[in-house]
Amino acid sequence: MRTTFAMLLLAAAPALAQESQLRLGDGPGRSLVEANCVMCHSLDYIPMNSPFLDRKGWEASVNKMIKVMGAPIAEADAQKIIDYLAAQYGK
Amino acid sequence: MQTRRDFLKVSAGGLLLAGGWRGTELAAGESLGPATLPSGALQSAQLAALPGKLPLIKKSFRPPNFETPVRFFNEAFTPNDAFFVRYHLAAIPQVSRQNWKLAVGGDALDKPFEVTYEDLSRDFEQVEVAAVCMCSGNRRGLSQPHVPGVQWGHGAIGNAKWRGVRLRDLLARAGVRKDALEIVFDGADRGALDKTPDFVKSIPAWKAMDENTLVALEMNGEKLPHWNGFPARVVVPGWTATYWMKHLTSIAATAKPYQGFWMNPAYRIPKGKFPIVDRFVSQETEANTPITEMVVNSLVTNLEEGQKFALGQEITVAGVAWDGGFGIASVDVSEDGGRSWRAAQFAPDLGRFSWRQWSHRFTPQRAGNATFMAKATNRAGATQTLDLIFNPAGYHNNVVQRINIEIT
Repeated sequence: MRTTFAMLLLAAAPALAQESQLRLGDGPGRSLVEANCVMCHSLDYIPMNSPFLDRKGWEASVNKMIKVMGAPIAEADAQKIIDYLAAQYGK
Repeated sequence: MQTRRDFLKVSAGGLLLAGGWRGTELAAGESLGPATLPSGALQSAQLAALPGKLPLIKKSFRPPNFETPVRFFNEAFTPNDAFFVRYHLAAIPQVSRQNWKLAVGGDALDKPFEVTYEDLSRDFEQVEVAAVCMCSGNRRGLSQPHVPGVQWGHGAIGNAKWRGVRLRDLLARAGVRKDALEIVFDGADRGALDKTPDFVKSIPAWKAMDENTLVALEMNGEKLPHWNGFPARVVVPGWTATYWMKHLTSIAATAKPYQGFWMNPAYRIPKGKFPIVDRFVSQETEANTPITEMVVNSLVTNLEEGQKFALGQEITVAGVAWDGGFGIASVDVSEDGGRSWRAAQFAPDLGRFSWRQWSHRFTPQRAGNATFMAKATNRAGATQTLDLIFNPAGYHNNVVQRINIEIT
């Protein structure tokens, strides 16, 4: 559907301000994860899917976001994001 | 255009709702989900209220995924303000009734047209069907091993009376042709990025022409809530909610299988693993097939794991049972971990697409631990499994529940 810019602004606004209270675990790469992943979804998707994915599992998830969902994440950043997710939220 | 001030008002409204309404707090013994959910899923869940909704179990804020606490399933029809919310994509416009139009088109019909909300409510017969709306991934969080996705517990489901227009009446008005193979739906929601595949779904033409398949404008006698698809959504009774397109903007008849991420590889089940009757032949591959109807299933709605009862005290266990539209034939319950089974009592039949409420009274005669189980069988003879039929997306989990209680 065609969407005007104004409509998009309205639509992309979080439905609940509580989203801004979400905090991820501290570790190298956290700010990179926060900056990239929130383009499309709230950060709670990460702890929700833990701790049962191994590094390969997180790699598959990040690759899906880039290749299927179109997330504009550089290859070098993707590796750091996978490292962070595997370290903080891996099994 | 909405200003920041308006946005803050809306947000504050959402937060205020969490303050004083019924259902704000969890009942005694109630949890944010079964203990077998991934620990991270349990820790990151919280009660939160979307604007216009009661506090529900928040799985993710954006896109919003909120499940209904099980206690609401003690009612035959799930209240609109407690009904679960599920989105794939985060750009969700507030659609206004005045500006909304529904386009009926595609390459396999002769007379494409557009209708307004008023046209739909005035020019077509309005019909109602009671039907269970269940996310394909309901109970995904109980999969062993765990699989990625929204880690739903038992609450990505609800039962409602859906009222609107038969899809086949719209297709007939548009002069749908015999070569129509699939009917394709799109809604107003989309991804935050242009590159994200839009959420578009198709169903086989035969299912679209079923008299029970609707474009619904109402839910439980009210306009659809925004979060459940206002102003119009598709209702495909018996089939999982992935096909029940919200904020519907277009219906297209096509002579070719629709190709899109959300049809393939998404929402697929391995072929031959489940006792499924409805096939979606035009979308089948060697290995897998789109999910279609719900498998027969049941849920205990008023018993908590570890709940204590006094010896000699009568217990009434209640629950619901549903399937893909054949109708529920029986619910058998066990008070002793599956050694013996007895038939539960049914509440009145609300239609074969509705769930069936059931209950069972018993008085424990022995102190100690006991395990309650419930198992539904449908009119096609299918029943629930005792062991999980694992599949990578965590669909069709109809493992018989085992609830441990303590008699003291």
